[in-house]
Amino acid sequence: MFEITLNALSAILLVTGGVFALIGGLGLIRFPDFYTRLHAGGVTDTLSPLLIVAGLILQSGGTILSLKLLLILLFLLFTTPTASHALARAAMAAGLRFWGGERASTDSEDRR
Amino acid sequence: MRHIISLCFLLAGLWLALSGHTKPLLLGLGVVSVALVTWLSHRMDVLGAEHDPALFSWRLPVYWGWLAWQMVLANLEVAACVIRPSRLSPQIVEVAAPQRTEIIRVTYANSITLTPGTVALILDGDRLTVHALTQNSADGLREGTMEHWTRWLETGQGRTAEP
Repeated sequence: MFEITLNALSAILLVTGGVFALIGGLGLIRFPDFYTRLHAGGVTDTLSPLLIVAGLILQSGGTILSLKLLLILLFLLFTTPTASHALARAAMAAGLRFWGGERASTDSEDRR
Repeated sequence: MRHIISLCFLLAGLWLALSGHTKPLLLGLGVVSVALVTWLSHRMDVLGAEHDPALFSWRLPVYWGWLAWQMVLANLEVAACVIRPSRLSPQIVEVAAPQRTEIIRVTYANSITLTPGTVALILDGDRLTVHALTQNSADGLREGTMEHWTRWLETGQGRTAEP
């Protein structure tokens, strides 16, 4: 009985993680400009791996594999914001304009 | 010296956890690789360069737990935007980053980027420029809840303004 509950919970987490990855991908297509798409990519980068790793840990139980999975999650959560930030900075350096609102673009001009 | 020893222990623990081997030859190779990495870090002069006692405090796991919850909330917000793009109102927000040490300031900026709906664009001194996806995420940032949490992580106080 315990085994079945664990498997069901793990399946739910894995499927939810997959759905959020899909939503992130959908956002990449639907959002209007580079900067907003960065946020959509963030969904695939953060919540999706969190749920998928949680689901996998329920499968692997208290083995050394769980520790490795947690380490993967830790490194991922440390590196993806850095990558997002680097992309945003590169876009700003290339002079890519913000979508929506003149205020936004003039603000960034002042900063540079 | 203290940093060298603590790095050795950390690396050795990591190596053991990842390999799971106990054969003498492999253990020897592990020792060599730990020594190599420590020597390289020493040569690169990065040992202890970003050392901060706050990072070894019990407050860090508490902060991570809170951050994970914020991540879930922020993700739901962005997911709602994907389903109904009319909710989008991207804007640039400038907030203060009054954290005392650089490492905590970077932690703050990284936490902002880690919660979808807000991406840190520029960290200049104690001013932080952020791109926010919706009015809601911009307002959430201006409220400064995350800033209070990072300052609590840094000093153990300053969460009084929390709602």
